[in-house]
Amino acid sequence: MGKLKVLHYINQFYAGIGGEEMADVAPELREGAMGPGLAFNSGYGDEAEITHTIVCGDSFFNERLDEAKELILDMVKSVKPDLFVAGPAFNAGRYGVACATIAYEVLSQLGIPVLTGMYEENPGVDMFRDKLYIVATRNSAAGMRDAVSKMVPLSLKLARGETIGASAEEGYHPTGVRVNFFEKERGSKRAVKMLLKKMAGKPFTTEFPMPDFDRVPPNPAVKDITKATVALVTSGGIVPKGNPDRIESSSASKYGEYDITGVMDLTAETYETAHGGYDPLYANQDADRVLPVDILREFEAQGKIGKLHNKFYTTVGNGTAVKSSKVFAEEFSRKLVNDGVDVVILTST
Amino acid sequence: MKLEVGYIDITDIQFSDKASLQDGVLYVDRDAITAMILEDERIRAVELDIAKPGESVRITPVKDVIEPRVKVEGPGEIFPGVLSKVQTVGSGRTHVLRGAAVVTTGKIVGFQEGIIDMTGLGAEYTPFSKTFNLVANFTPVDGLTAHDYENALRLAGLKMAKALGELGREVEPNEVKTYEHLPVMQGAEKYPELPRVGYVQMLQSQGLMHDTYVYGVDMKQSLTTMISPTEVLDGAIISGNCVSACDKNTTYHHLNNPVIHDLFEAHGKTLNFAAMIITNENVYLADKERSSDWTAKLVEYLDLDGVIISQEGFGNPDTDLIMNCKKIEAVGTRTVIITDEYAGRDGTSQSLADADASADAVVTGGNANQVVVLPKLDKVIGTLDYVDKIAGGFENNLQEDGSIVVELQAITGATNELGFNRLSAR
Amino acid sequence: MVKEVERAGIPVVHVCTVTPISMTVGANRIVPAVAIPHPLGNPALSMEEEKQIRRKILDTALKALSTEVEEQTIFEVE
Repeated sequence: MGKLKVLHYINQFYAGIGGEEMADVAPELREGAMGPGLAFNSGYGDEAEITHTIVCGDSFFNERLDEAKELILDMVKSVKPDLFVAGPAFNAGRYGVACATIAYEVLSQLGIPVLTGMYEENPGVDMFRDKLYIVATRNSAAGMRDAVSKMVPLSLKLARGETIGASAEEGYHPTGVRVNFFEKERGSKRAVKMLLKKMAGKPFTTEFPMPDFDRVPPNPAVKDITKATVALVTSGGIVPKGNPDRIESSSASKYGEYDITGVMDLTAETYETAHGGYDPLYANQDADRVLPVDILREFEAQGKIGKLHNKFYTTVGNGTAVKSSKVFAEEFSRKLVNDGVDVVILTST
Repeated sequence: MKLEVGYIDITDIQFSDKASLQDGVLYVDRDAITAMILEDERIRAVELDIAKPGESVRITPVKDVIEPRVKVEGPGEIFPGVLSKVQTVGSGRTHVLRGAAVVTTGKIVGFQEGIIDMTGLGAEYTPFSKTFNLVANFTPVDGLTAHDYENALRLAGLKMAKALGELGREVEPNEVKTYEHLPVMQGAEKYPELPRVGYVQMLQSQGLMHDTYVYGVDMKQSLTTMISPTEVLDGAIISGNCVSACDKNTTYHHLNNPVIHDLFEAHGKTLNFAAMIITNENVYLADKERSSDWTAKLVEYLDLDGVIISQEGFGNPDTDLIMNCKKIEAVGTRTVIITDEYAGRDGTSQSLADADASADAVVTGGNANQVVVLPKLDKVIGTLDYVDKIAGGFENNLQEDGSIVVELQAITGATNELGFNRLSAR
Repeated sequence: MVKEVERAGIPVVHVCTVTPISMTVGANRIVPAVAIPHPLGNPALSMEEEKQIRRKILDTALKALSTEVEEQTIFEVE
C-alpha cells in the first residue's frame, strides 16, 4: 500500500495570510503542506502525506456557512483524499467550530475519515464531540507538538479503519460512548491515588463524569378516574409462565405484550418473573405482588376505575440499557395511545 | 490488630491418593473431599475436577470462588461463625495457598451465575483463569428449595477451601507480609501528619444469591458497622454466591480485597488507614436511608479525611452508593467511589441508575454490557444449559460453531467493583 | 420508561421501592412501594393483609393520577 493521501484544513492565520483582518478570505485549495501541516508530514513519515491544504478565513466560514461548506466539499471531492485533518484549533473558538463543522460534513457527506483537535473549552468540542473524534489539545499553539503527536497516530488508525481505543488511551475528548480498555493499574490503586489527590486539593480526573438527566413536564391529571382506562406496565419482568418470548434475565433486548382479557388473578401456575436482579421467589409465588392485576380487577368491578386495559407491557429493568428501555417504551406508549388508554400505572422492582 | 500472612505459592494442582502440599504442588485426595461434601445430605452427588491456567476449559454456571487459607496462630479459625465458632479473627498468623482456588458450580439457582474460561478472550476478563482451580460440580437432592440449595453449596465450597488450606499449615511460605490495624487513638498519635482514610465497603444483601455473611450474620439484618481489615483477610466476610457474575464479590475477592491491600500499602507513608466500615444494600428504601445515614455518622465520628467507597452489584445499589457518597461528602469527608457501568452494548446509554454532583471522583471497572464472543473450548465443567439464561446471556447465544456470545456481565469478576482488575472505561 | 409514557401524553404514576432512582430518572408522580422483590406485597403477611396493602398503594396511585402536579411529587401511602 502506498502513502495515504491526506487533505489538511487550516485557517488564514496558520496559512500565514494574516490575522483577524484577513479572516474574510474565501476557501482556497493549495498543493502541498504548509504551517502545521509540515509537522504532520514529518510525523507521518512514510505512512501518509499531506498532498493538499485548504485555507479558509474563519469569518468567511462562520458567516457564509452554506457557501463555505459547498466550496470546500467540492475541493475535497476533487482531491479524493484517504483522510481529512482539520486544525488543531486549540482555544480559537471560530476556528474550532469551523474545523469540527467541516470535518463532520466531510465525514457524513463523503464518508472520508476525519480528525480534528482543540482545547476542551473550545465551543467546537461540545457541539461535535458525539459526532467525530476531536483530539484534546492545550489551549494555545504552544501545544502544537503535543497535539500533532496525538493526532498523527489516531488519524492513521482512522484512515485504516482500525479499532479505536478509549479516549484516555487515544487522547480524544470523550464522545459520550463508553469504551472499555485495560488501565495500567488496578482500580483499587487508582482509587487510592485519586483520593490522595482529592484530599490534598490537587486536580484529579474522574473516570466517569456524572450525567445530567433530562426531564419531561407532568401531564395534566385525569379528570375522572372512575371512567378511565388504566393500563399496567412493569419493569419487573412479569411474564406468562415459561417466559414464551424468552425475555432475557438481564440486559433485555425486547419487551413483552400480553393479553389479560378475563384474567382476574395472577397465580404461581400462570405467571412468573424473568427478572434476574432480585430474589424471584416472591414474584413467582404471586405475580400480583409486582403486577397488581387482582386488585385492579376488584377496582374495576367496584367502579373505582373505568376499566383495566386488556394488555400489559413488561420488560426486565435489570442491567438493561436506558436507551433500549426508552425505545421499548416509545413503541408501547404509541400502542397505548392508539388503544385509548387514559392513564398508566408503572411498577418497578 | 496485627496479622502475619504467609503466602505459599501454588504452581500446580493434582489428584492423588494422599492429600499434601509439597514444593508448591497441591495434591488433592478426591475421595476424601467427596466424602466430606456428601456428609451434607442435601447434596446428592459431587464431581471434582481440576482446571489450570491455559487449559481449554470453561466452568459454568459458577457460584463462588474461594481461596484456601488456614489459621496457624492466634484466636479463631478461618471463616469464623460459619465453619467454626464465633471468635474474633484478624490477629496472629494465617497461611494462604496463593494461586489456588476452589470453584463451585452446579445446576442453576437463579439467573446470576457466571462463566470462567481458562483460556481465550474470556480468560482475559476473569482473574480465575490465572488460578489453579479445584472445581466441584454439585447435584442437589430432588425437591431441595433454592434457598437450601444455595446454603448447601456455600458451605460445601468453604469446607473444601478450609480442607485444602489445612495442608499449608506446616509449610514454609514463599513470602510473609504483616498487616497492622491500630486502635483509632494510637493511629492518630503515630501518624499525626497523615490524612485519616477509611474504607466503606458496601455488601450485597438483597436476598437469594445476593447475600453476604459477616461472622455468619446475614448482612441484611445488620446495621452499618465497623470491622478490622485484618479480620476480612481471615474470612470474616463471605459471599452468599453470585448476583450478576461480573460485579459480585466472590469469597476469594473478600479474602484478597484489593482496597484493603492498597490502603495497607500506602499506610504510614501517604495516609493513615484508620478504619473500615461495612454496610449493606437492602431492598427496602428505609434500610437504604438508615444504613447510609449510619455510614456518614460513623465517618464523622471517626473524624476521617477521606474514604473509598466500593459498591457491589448494580441497579438499585447505585442508589445506596450515591446516598453513601452524598451523605459522607456532606459531613465534610472526601470520597472516591468504585463502581462499574451498564452503558448498553454500544456504550451510549446512561451508565448508572442514580447520580449526584457530589460523586465527582469515580473509578470504574468498565462497561458490563460490552459483548464478547467466547470461543468453543474443549471441555466444559458444569453445563452450558444455562448460558442463554444467566445475566448477560441471551436467546440463541450459543453459536453453531460452539462459541458463545455474552456480555461481560456473565463473566465471573469481570467488572469487579473492589477495583480488583485493570479493566476500566472512558 | 416512565418518561417515555409521559412524553406520549399519558399521565403515568411510577410505583417503585427506590424512590430516589425514580426522582433521578425523572418520574413526575411517584408512589413508594414495599420492597424490591415484592413492591406491591409482603410475603410475611397473610394473603388478605397483602391485598389490603396492595389496595392502599393502588388507591394512592389513583389519587396521584387524579392530582395536578407542577413538579416531581412523591405521594406517600396512607
